[in-house]
Amino acid sequence: MIPSSYFFILSVVLFVLGIIAFFIKRDLLTQFMSVEIMLNAANLAFISLAKATGSLDGQIIVFFIITVAAAEAVIGLAIILLIFRQKKSIRTEDINLMKG
Amino acid sequence: MGHFLFFLLATICVGAVLGMIISRNQAYSALFLVLAFASMGGLFGLLNAPFIAVVQIIIYAGAIMVLFVFVVMMINVREGLPSEKKKWIFAVSLILAFVLFLEIILAASGRLSSLSGAEAADIGNPTNLGRLLFTRYLYPFEITSILIIAALVGALVLLKKKAKE
Repeated sequence: MIPSSYFFILSVVLFVLGIIAFFIKRDLLTQFMSVEIMLNAANLAFISLAKATGSLDGQIIVFFIITVAAAEAVIGLAIILLIFRQKKSIRTEDINLMKG
Repeated sequence: MGHFLFFLLATICVGAVLGMIISRNQAYSALFLVLAFASMGGLFGLLNAPFIAVVQIIIYAGAIMVLFVFVVMMINVREGLPSEKKKWIFAVSLILAFVLFLEIILAASGRLSSLSGAEAADIGNPTNLGRLLFTRYLYPFEITSILIIAALVGALVLLKKKAKE
């Protein structure tokens, strides 16, 4: 029997790795991928705690998170494609329209 | 056996995320992420959540990452990504991430040992999940369908090319 705390610690590690990836990547697409990593780490935390408490509500929440993540990925990728059409680049340094 | 599977899947997952961070090619990053999400589906299976595991593999590793690969194909950055010139950003992000890691672990450390997870072996079977989804969580479920329709229409409107006047 694997303790649920192992899964929880793994989810924290994955979340932190997602944050590092978000900061050191310099293009929109991989930054968006690291947001997906963070969402998945949160899912893992939810499911491990759902198992630890013996309740199904955590799994339901993860179901909804996956659905919302799909919708969010569609809209986010559409926005990234729009930015690429206008600027011909998805590097974050090139997106400086609102920089003072 | 369970421990072996857990450590195998955890190693694959963390290694794939590290590979995604290291890789310079966006397509390789997306494929590393497919591997990470698939192994995370295996972890969900270890946690008595077979339905969520299947949904994770079908929707995340299947649908969402294929969407990413499509966008990588459309964007098609030939020259590769720029290297991270600013070293201090790397250092600062490492420090911030480490602080956050310690904070979460410290905040949860009192309860971590009590997370035994020994009870309720078969709560996660799809029958119980579906029953809960269509009784107590019926309204969120229906609202989610509206959200998906909105995302679909929104993506179509955003990406529609303007007709020439």
